[in-house]
Amino acid sequence: MKSLKRIVAMAAVAAGCLSLAASPVLAQSAPVRVGSTLALTGPLSATALVHKLVGEIYVEDLNARGGLLGRKVEWIVKDDQSKPDVARTLYEQLVTSDKVDLLMGPYATGAILSAIGVAQRYNKMLIHHTMGVPSLAKYDMHFPAWSLGPNPGTTVPNTLFDALAALPKPPKTIAIVTSKFPSLHFLSLGAREVAKKRGLQEVLFLEWEFGNRDFGPIAARVKDAKPDLVFVGDIGLEGNMLLEAMKKLDYEPPLHFHLYPAPGPMATSPETKNALSVTIFEEHAPFTNNPVAAKFVKTYNERAKAAGFPYTKVEVQAAASFTAWQLLEASVVATKSLDDKKMAAWLKANQVKTIQGTLRFDKGNNFGDDLMRIKQVQNGNWVTVWPKEWAAPGATLKQ
Amino acid sequence: MTFPSLNLLLQSILSGVFIGGMYSLIGLGLGLSWGLLRQINLAHFGFVFLSAYLSYHMVSVWGLDPLLTLLILPPFFFAIGVAQQWLLSRFKISPFNSLLVTFGFTVMIESLIQYVWTADFRKLQSAYGEEKFKIAGLFVPVPELLTLLLAILFAFGVWAAMRFTDIGKAMRAMAEDGPIAAAFGINQRWLSLMLSGTCVALASIAGVCFALTFTLTPTQIFSWVGVVFAVVMLGGLGSALGPLVAGIIIGVSEAIAMAIFAPSWAPIVSFSLLILMLLFRPGRA
Repeated sequence: MKSLKRIVAMAAVAAGCLSLAASPVLAQSAPVRVGSTLALTGPLSATALVHKLVGEIYVEDLNARGGLLGRKVEWIVKDDQSKPDVARTLYEQLVTSDKVDLLMGPYATGAILSAIGVAQRYNKMLIHHTMGVPSLAKYDMHFPAWSLGPNPGTTVPNTLFDALAALPKPPKTIAIVTSKFPSLHFLSLGAREVAKKRGLQEVLFLEWEFGNRDFGPIAARVKDAKPDLVFVGDIGLEGNMLLEAMKKLDYEPPLHFHLYPAPGPMATSPETKNALSVTIFEEHAPFTNNPVAAKFVKTYNERAKAAGFPYTKVEVQAAASFTAWQLLEASVVATKSLDDKKMAAWLKANQVKTIQGTLRFDKGNNFGDDLMRIKQVQNGNWVTVWPKEWAAPGATLKQ
Repeated sequence: MTFPSLNLLLQSILSGVFIGGMYSLIGLGLGLSWGLLRQINLAHFGFVFLSAYLSYHMVSVWGLDPLLTLLILPPFFFAIGVAQQWLLSRFKISPFNSLLVTFGFTVMIESLIQYVWTADFRKLQSAYGEEKFKIAGLFVPVPELLTLLLAILFAFGVWAAMRFTDIGKAMRAMAEDGPIAAAFGINQRWLSLMLSGTCVALASIAGVCFALTFTLTPTQIFSWVGVVFAVVMLGGLGSALGPLVAGIIIGVSEAIAMAIFAPSWAPIVSFSLLILMLLFRPGRA
């Protein structure tokens, strides 16, 4: 009996020693945990699923390349149900309960603002994908992957009007019709100001509530106003619905620009020919001359098809998401640490090469240059047409 | 404010008539269920969208003609309506609780749609979608015209059935005073099942028309609730012709507001009309 007790005691001591000896090794090999939420259900889920796929692709590739600081990366993603209040609660959980090492932003401006609030409370750095209203992001350690610039209300319309001024027959009159959705409305109002300064005559200005069902009367008013250019402050399907209503009146606007259309339906519908929009990335050269971008495009196309996505091409959302992960990796690698303050300080002081171009964060509210380009639907595809150095090979702006 | 040209105004009014047809087609089954069965069936909106997605699937994947789905889907949805009514009566759900229970059904239907067809946008592409013709300078799109004609057909059909058939009279008697109707030999349970089946079948017809006209996304379900409720209340609960008239009034009022004032005023119109009606005819709704 005595010998049995001795054996048990020795085994316990040995196990204790082993666990003590092993703990540094385990700690070293414990994964770097990145926490985020996405709108996996609810009204924003169609786009959020793009961000989920991109995150999975990036983390798999990152782990194949050795992870971060020699450790595997584990991505914990929770469903915020498209609700900013749920996003806030879940980010609290990620920081306090899951104790993640790093945070990654959610999808959509409302949820991003919630996440920024939590990050600020716990002094965590937050890189996010598609924050639409730069003036609202005041936190010192937030970093936008969507290169809107600090004053998109001025810079984005100027980019558009520069592109259109290069046409053989530039527009002289403009109709601005816009949803009152927050991320759009200020851009449309900015376009009004910029158009006025550039001498475009405004022949119509209309606003509708988000969720408008009948676009027939709006289409009739645009047709009646006979503008050279229709600037549509739309999101999701609104632009398609407006163009469908115009088509029912046998009207095709000479030039039409859309702020944030649903990329698939806008590219592939018959009535959306020559539609213009903004972009940071499209899957063609010169963007795909970057081997990282080319590899991502190939993988994304395959995985999106396998996942049953109706639109399998890489465009703004997927590119912004990929860029966010690039920023996170770059800041960890450069500082060789997971310290939020060190990483944030590095991002503010340095520029990062990404698939959408070189990003910087040293202007208003940590936004950098406005890298927005103009794209157009041509033969059922989105192609960048402006500025010329980012245009698809052989592509020119069509009137 | 600038007064629009006559053509713009008439075209906008026509657009309002068409959207009013959609409101009334959705509202018809909802109003009958509310007025005659005393059930506020929020799942009606879910059934409209489920039917729209099934119609999309049958046309896009199986290659059926969209109009054929108008024959296939209603019997299927009739059965769903019967099953729903059986469930609600089995557990003796009160009118107020029916609102909560059927809201739950709607959420479940929305989740089912998201699971099967994802949250992405779906567009039923058919030859009918492009069809339109011109009368007196006004463009008339065929899918919207079809919706309006079906709304008129079913409104008058239900009205005639309620007025001239024994079953219709029995249904009205049941809604008026159930126990007395039962004393005269009316089988309330059977009638309730039939009526619920009919209401959901009407939802499926509205769904097919919806798919022909609009691009689909699951979360749109709730954006139609407010205006269709206004149509049903304005038209009168249990009325067959009321939702048709109310739908067109609201649709046209919204369109005129958009044509003359601003599109952002349109959502105010339906509820302003409803409030006015409640003020001047408080017993109507």
